[in-house]
Amino acid sequence: MSMEEVFHPMQEPMILAAAISIVVGAVVIVAGLTYFKKWGYFYKNWLSTVDHKKIGIMYIATALLMLFRGGIDALLMRAQTAVPDNGLLDAQHYNEIFTTHGLLMILFMAMPFVIGLMNIVIPLQIGARDVAFPRLNAVSFWLFAAGCGLLNLSFIIGGSPDAGWTAYFPLAGTEFSPSVGNNYYSLALQLSGIGTLMTGVNFIATIIKMRAPGMTLMKMPMFTWSILITNVIIVFAFPVLTVALALMMLDRQFGTQFFAMQNGGMDMLWANLFWVWGHPEVYIVILPAFGIFSEIIATFARKNLYGYKSMVMSMVVISLLSFLVWAHHFYTMGHGVMVNSVFSITTMAIAVPTGVKIFNWLLTMRHGKIQFTTPMLYALGFIPIFTIGGVTGVMLAMASADYQYHNTMFLVAHFHYVLIPGTVFGVLAGYHYWWPKMFGFRLNEKLGKAAFWFIAICFNVTFFPLFILGLDGYARRMYTYSESTGYGPLNMLSFIGGIGLAVGFALIVYNIYYSWKHMPRNEKADVWDGRTLEWATHSPVPEYNFAVVPTVTRLDEFWFAKKEGRDITAGKIEKIHMPNNTGTPFWMSGFFFLAAFFAVFNLWIPAIISMIGVFGFMIHRSFEKDHGRYISVEEVMATEKSLRGDK
Amino acid sequence: MKKKLSLMFIAFGALAVLAGCEPLTIFDPKGPNAKTLSDTIILSIITMAFILLVVYVLLAFMLTKYRASKASADYEPPHEEGSHLLEITWTVIPIIIVAFLAIVTVRTTSTVESQPDGYDNKEPLVIYASSSNWKWHFSYPEQGIETVNYVNIPVDRPIEFKLYSFGPITSFWIPQLAGQKYAMSDMLTTIHLAADEVGSFMGRNSNFSGRGFAEMEFEAQSMTQEDFDKWASDVKAKEKPLTKEKFDELLKAEHVGRSSYSSTHLEFRPAPMEHSEHMKMGDMDHSKMNHGDHSDSQENSEAKHSH
Repeated sequence: MSMEEVFHPMQEPMILAAAISIVVGAVVIVAGLTYFKKWGYFYKNWLSTVDHKKIGIMYIATALLMLFRGGIDALLMRAQTAVPDNGLLDAQHYNEIFTTHGLLMILFMAMPFVIGLMNIVIPLQIGARDVAFPRLNAVSFWLFAAGCGLLNLSFIIGGSPDAGWTAYFPLAGTEFSPSVGNNYYSLALQLSGIGTLMTGVNFIATIIKMRAPGMTLMKMPMFTWSILITNVIIVFAFPVLTVALALMMLDRQFGTQFFAMQNGGMDMLWANLFWVWGHPEVYIVILPAFGIFSEIIATFARKNLYGYKSMVMSMVVISLLSFLVWAHHFYTMGHGVMVNSVFSITTMAIAVPTGVKIFNWLLTMRHGKIQFTTPMLYALGFIPIFTIGGVTGVMLAMASADYQYHNTMFLVAHFHYVLIPGTVFGVLAGYHYWWPKMFGFRLNEKLGKAAFWFIAICFNVTFFPLFILGLDGYARRMYTYSESTGYGPLNMLSFIGGIGLAVGFALIVYNIYYSWKHMPRNEKADVWDGRTLEWATHSPVPEYNFAVVPTVTRLDEFWFAKKEGRDITAGKIEKIHMPNNTGTPFWMSGFFFLAAFFAVFNLWIPAIISMIGVFGFMIHRSFEKDHGRYISVEEVMATEKSLRGDK
Repeated sequence: MKKKLSLMFIAFGALAVLAGCEPLTIFDPKGPNAKTLSDTIILSIITMAFILLVVYVLLAFMLTKYRASKASADYEPPHEEGSHLLEITWTVIPIIIVAFLAIVTVRTTSTVESQPDGYDNKEPLVIYASSSNWKWHFSYPEQGIETVNYVNIPVDRPIEFKLYSFGPITSFWIPQLAGQKYAMSDMLTTIHLAADEVGSFMGRNSNFSGRGFAEMEFEAQSMTQEDFDKWASDVKAKEKPLTKEKFDELLKAEHVGRSSYSSTHLEFRPAPMEHSEHMKMGDMDHSKMNHGDHSDSQENSEAKHSH
């Protein structure tokens, strides 16, 4: 590949602008850190941290960045299709943009946002001092960051993947996609996917082994339950992605024929493997949102969660069914009435446990005392909008009818109606809800609510027209359409809604700045009058989370303790064992990044050298003796005293 | 919240109005299979509207009745574990709804996957529809003719489209006549349909297949049997036969206009086998087609130097 080809994407003015802004941004950060002499601080406190709270914050920061990166993609798509025969983007650019929009939003926005929140909240909610494997947790994050960086780099160097986020073969094979874009796809997703798999192992171990004394499984908060189930799904689903991506890499870069059109390759094998991972993936990003809504609705209705047991059961059933429905993504491949009927029924069956959850949330509010805070608004907005996503999901589940919806805007509208009010509202609700726990001050409520209304209303303006367009035969992924189709006006409406959505998300970010400047500090530990253990410790949370690990006797222990006037954090302070920080995960992932980057361009010698670096770190780790360190009783007492202050 | 609800109703109203003045494509079927699907979809929308209504009414009730601003300051919400009766109710009713829709699905799926009702005694017209790059080839073995980017069919006769692709997976879709189905390179799939009236319908590939995907449309025209026969014999008499060289040239091209030929490519480039046979083949080399010649081979070198 010549240099000219490598930098080919830069010839597009918009991509050049994006590239310049990324470079300028990087220079500003580097210069800023140097000028303020913060490199040491940055390395010691962030790059080499193993603290689950800081790792969580880094996940969320990345997710917000990617939300904007993917959001700009979305706006460009809506702008391009706002009027018929528009020439804003050409087909190639449009194809790259909808591909990266899907990849970024699912894998580098929704996933890290969910994983970030689970990192911050889970150890606190179960009364633990960190996750089971803190260093592995850092490896997870940095591998994710490496994958994320690699995918973003594709826009500047060599060209982005352009065969859709589903990368169906043979389109994604070298014959029809000769650029390196899909090499980036397989390698970037591989890196971050391995990171996610490690997260799955880590959090299952954490939740199974590290709960506070007395917290049996059925006394766990609903968010913890949702995360446990989510991580079980991750551990079962992600290996499939790992294998599929490895086969994709072999096909594209080593001449194998797994998904090829000749020599016995099967194109639909990729589609099957992809969706065997891809459908559970949907539940990986939605179940944590269900958990968040459960916490928030109970907190702000000031009532315990209605039907706790059936809420747990319904999530277990959803997780099992999530592995039995993948073929509904290609009813139209021609696999007979029998197969389609079976997958229709399993798919529609998911509506039952999901319905149970919706009714339980509604009944949680009955006899409650509902406070309309920002997180609660997201939870309440979720119910009516998500239900539209759910019922259209049932409509799509009907195989026969799907022959008319498949590959249309109806489908696009459906999954945005599920993922935005579900996942995005969920993580935004959680973000507003747990922000004071992370930073010790609240986000401004007025701005928060304004952003919610912008997002909730403009979301419907953006995506409802797409249902109608789909029913009118508008296929997805078309970069343009002719005026005679009559799709123009509704597309324009959708574009206008998209601008409104962008304003809403901009308000969310502005709120960070505004609240950082103006909101009162030293917020009390239990800002929302919460029910679960994370509210029992200080805000922001000290490194060791709990000076004394609370003992649990029932669900919502903290809530009942407050009512009875007990302090569940009281007790004798002892020295606390904590893991040491380490730069290894950061550097090792750096070498992983280099290896993958060289591999994208088939530069095998430097790739192998980089992998030797990776293995060097692993070998070093196996011989390293690091038993962690102790925080002395005096130090804990001093920290506690300063955090308690005059509260 | 009320704002949201009213917004939804406006949106649904807009849908109703839009549907009223000019029917949306898939609610404007011109053949029995598309009609079955249209009816199925309308039935499911009515069922789903009922579910939405229940949820919205309950939500509106909870939000108006139990807001903190209406409760007295010292009101303490009670502790409620749940109710077996209620939970069984909202498990069983959805199960009944799903079971009902499942029956509808199985029946309608098998209806549209077989020859349309009322045409059982008529021999179907078989047309092979294959895609390459961003165009469609239609081969009529019965008439011995082939067309590119347009397809004519007789009304009141069942049609069987046999689909396959000379490249990426595409999806063959004439929304007003039938639902879509994938065209793949390694096996044949079938769409059954029939047209009830004479007309011209939009047909397209709906499955993303690369750069020229947006323009990958064709016209499907239904005509009386006499018109169809006349057209077919005209093509047979007046057009040139499709040679192997000409076909290779067509495959290589990205977009082409319409054209017609007095022979089909099936003679020298047979279609792949049916799905059911394909499944029996296991891992043998079952590709009868020569795929090597339709790629942009000059762009291919970069990927190949690695092996």
